[in-house]
Amino acid sequence: MPVLRNPVSRHVLDNGLTVLLREVHSAPVISWWVLYRVGSRNEQTGQTGVSHWVEHMMFKGTPRFPAGVLDQAIDREGGMWNAQTSFDYTAYYETMPASRIDLALQAEADRMQNALFDPAEVDSERTVIISERQGSENSPTFWLHEETRAAAFRVHPYHHQVIGDMVDLQSMTRDDLYNHYQTHYTPNNAIAVAVGDFDSAEMLAQIEELYGAIPPGDVPSPVARVEPPQQGERTVRVEREGNTSFIFAAYRAPEATHPDWFKMALVDSILAGASAPGGNGIGNRTSRLYKALVETELAAGVGGGLYPSVDPALFSIAVTVRDGRTIEEVQAALDAELDRLARGDITQAELDKAKKQAKALFAYGTEGVTGQAFWLAFSENFSSYEWYEHYLEFLEAVSLDEVHEAAQRYLRRSQRTLGWFIPVSGEKRA
Amino acid sequence: MSTYTNAVPGPEDITRRELPNGIVVLVRENFNANSVVITGSVDAGSLFDPDDTEGLAAFTSASLMRGTLNRDFATIHEMLEGNGASLSASSGIHTAGFSGKSLAEDLPMLLDLLADVLRNPAFPERQVERLRGEFVTGLKIREQDTRYRAGRAFRELAYPTEHPYRRAADGTIDSISRIRRQELIDFHRQHFGPQRMLIAIVGAVETEEAIHLVDRCFGDWANHTQPAAPILVDIPVLDSIRTETVVLPGKSQADLILGLPGPSRFVEDWEAAHLANHVLGVFGMFGRIGREVREKRGMAYYSFSRLDGGMGPGAWRVAAGVNPANVERTVETILSEIMRITQELVTPEELADSQANITGRLPLQLETNEGVAGSILTMERYKLGMDYLQRYAERINAITAEDVLAAAQRYLRPDGYALAIAGPEVSQNGNEMA
Repeated sequence: MPVLRNPVSRHVLDNGLTVLLREVHSAPVISWWVLYRVGSRNEQTGQTGVSHWVEHMMFKGTPRFPAGVLDQAIDREGGMWNAQTSFDYTAYYETMPASRIDLALQAEADRMQNALFDPAEVDSERTVIISERQGSENSPTFWLHEETRAAAFRVHPYHHQVIGDMVDLQSMTRDDLYNHYQTHYTPNNAIAVAVGDFDSAEMLAQIEELYGAIPPGDVPSPVARVEPPQQGERTVRVEREGNTSFIFAAYRAPEATHPDWFKMALVDSILAGASAPGGNGIGNRTSRLYKALVETELAAGVGGGLYPSVDPALFSIAVTVRDGRTIEEVQAALDAELDRLARGDITQAELDKAKKQAKALFAYGTEGVTGQAFWLAFSENFSSYEWYEHYLEFLEAVSLDEVHEAAQRYLRRSQRTLGWFIPVSGEKRA
Repeated sequence: MSTYTNAVPGPEDITRRELPNGIVVLVRENFNANSVVITGSVDAGSLFDPDDTEGLAAFTSASLMRGTLNRDFATIHEMLEGNGASLSASSGIHTAGFSGKSLAEDLPMLLDLLADVLRNPAFPERQVERLRGEFVTGLKIREQDTRYRAGRAFRELAYPTEHPYRRAADGTIDSISRIRRQELIDFHRQHFGPQRMLIAIVGAVETEEAIHLVDRCFGDWANHTQPAAPILVDIPVLDSIRTETVVLPGKSQADLILGLPGPSRFVEDWEAAHLANHVLGVFGMFGRIGREVREKRGMAYYSFSRLDGGMGPGAWRVAAGVNPANVERTVETILSEIMRITQELVTPEELADSQANITGRLPLQLETNEGVAGSILTMERYKLGMDYLQRYAERINAITAEDVLAAAQRYLRPDGYALAIAGPEVSQNGNEMA
């Protein structure tokens, strides 16, 4: 029994704000997202982490809604709100009982223009942000991912983690943050999405009224630092306290709008397990790498990652070395498996399974309004909301030959950055 | 009356059926998306672990999906993943839980498989060893995890030696290394059975069809060796301050937990305690604690309070992740907030805010099939009645500031608590040692 979904309508206000609306009437809730086309990708050296810090400051009040007022107002209405900063975007959302969505619309319109960036709040938040980074630092794989990414991107700003480098978190000023806000938080640099229980015409009128008069800004300068071609494998070793080894192998991957992206999504699924927009994973125990590494008792776990990005990014494979095994033997087995794939032995049955899995995961992802609204905003940022709407058709169109060809082209050792986490037990740092 | 298919579930649209062998089946239809979830539990949690065999229940549950008398590991997972479905089993303290999800058309397959793994696990030798290695690797990783280590130290401080809440439900490297395959077989034979088993099914399936499927898969299941749940010993009130610091070299942040054993979900004043906790460390940006620790003083990335309130005396605790130099100030701030919530009435605004949040967020919680299934199981497990969610707002709104104070005073003590800290070595002047 197919479940029919209402179509998305797309509108652009006179000030350049892109608005996407989808009615879903299954529950009396609405999710409202405002996504700005700015993330760590737009950051300069010396100001790494500024996008994420600005995201925190957006919760620190405006003249109309001083700090803490909205936390309480939204909670009082039974809603939730949060934000996320990524490589390519910074996004804010509220999911509310439908009758109270006006509060969310007002909150985002207000802080698009009027965030205070009170110097005392900036200082207090500096220690919170540093604490957030320190929390991540407690995990061995944080260091491994950070170092591997830095080695993979010498020029492009995907070089650094979203949280930013500690030295920048210690030195950035209130003006750095405020300039970033003023440059990037404009209606013509934003995408607004509502999914849920509303009437589209009424919703659009309400959005026009609240956002229509916000003046547009200059379009921020595009990211110009293109990563040059990689000339040979790069390797990274992180040696820190711990008692488990990890492998993080990062291959060059195409951007989300490249036709090869969908081919690599299927390669990822066949290699390391299914994933699809909005779906929670469904386990990867029939994937090739699970069979080659976990069933053989070399690894305790394995996963793959391909992120739909604005610029060419990475396809990564993460392996947890099983206690009692050496990282060298696990690496050898991983390489043998990848070589096998690159030789072209994927079967039609494997490809069909990957497509069926994507279908199921996609169906799960359409159950809640929050996830749907996120994917519409997210895909509109790097391409168009139609990327998400036609996701399954794009996958369906990929042939076995194309998957082979993509695997051969992208899974070359000369095009990877290989990171190893080597535990140094019992020692203290010098 | 609401026209939404996802209106608050109640007796009109939840069907509860008890099979002759004791299994309680709970079904609610939802045809908005073409999927279905199943979730439930069997009385086989770590409560039943022998004293020197921590992790036996967890190891047993984790082994279920590794092969049955009818299907090997590869067959089980090919059936699931090939259809985009998922199924997992794991054990908690009181019960072993399971949950699965599939397209609606695959529900018969999913239930058939669930019955097979719960009833006929084979514990294949090779798979048991593989799983053992994965457990040990996972435990070794957690040995280096500050949050996990703080949690373990907290349990050991807060609960008496013989209490099951003190134990490591996931086992220890030592216990997991020692458990024999036969012990898994025996644990399964004794504890897995239909008595007190719950199963909730929510999604695009007709109620009678769902009940029929459960009956077909589980109706003839019997196990006459299933013991009753052990009686938990009463826990003496913590009358002193117990502190432990775990030093993990090379870490950047310290995680701390401060709290004590709290009330079970069955106590009369549960909702009043729930509201007190909400004011203390949940509402808005994590309540009074979040406001003081994170928002005003910028000392932590996270700090909140949590009241477990399950089948037994779960913890009421405050957790925070802070720079090692800020541990002492954070603890002081947390204690002064615990003092305040046990000495002063919450303000009318605070009470109204928390009441509005707790009752107003139901539509969001009940948006997905998982959310509905979880709520139905809660109503069944804690004997709240299937109309509980519909009466919920009325009950919550009837609670007064005096009720909240009384509950806070009954369960919280500023002079008797456990404090566990795990983080890097800290020198005398409060700086992390370089």
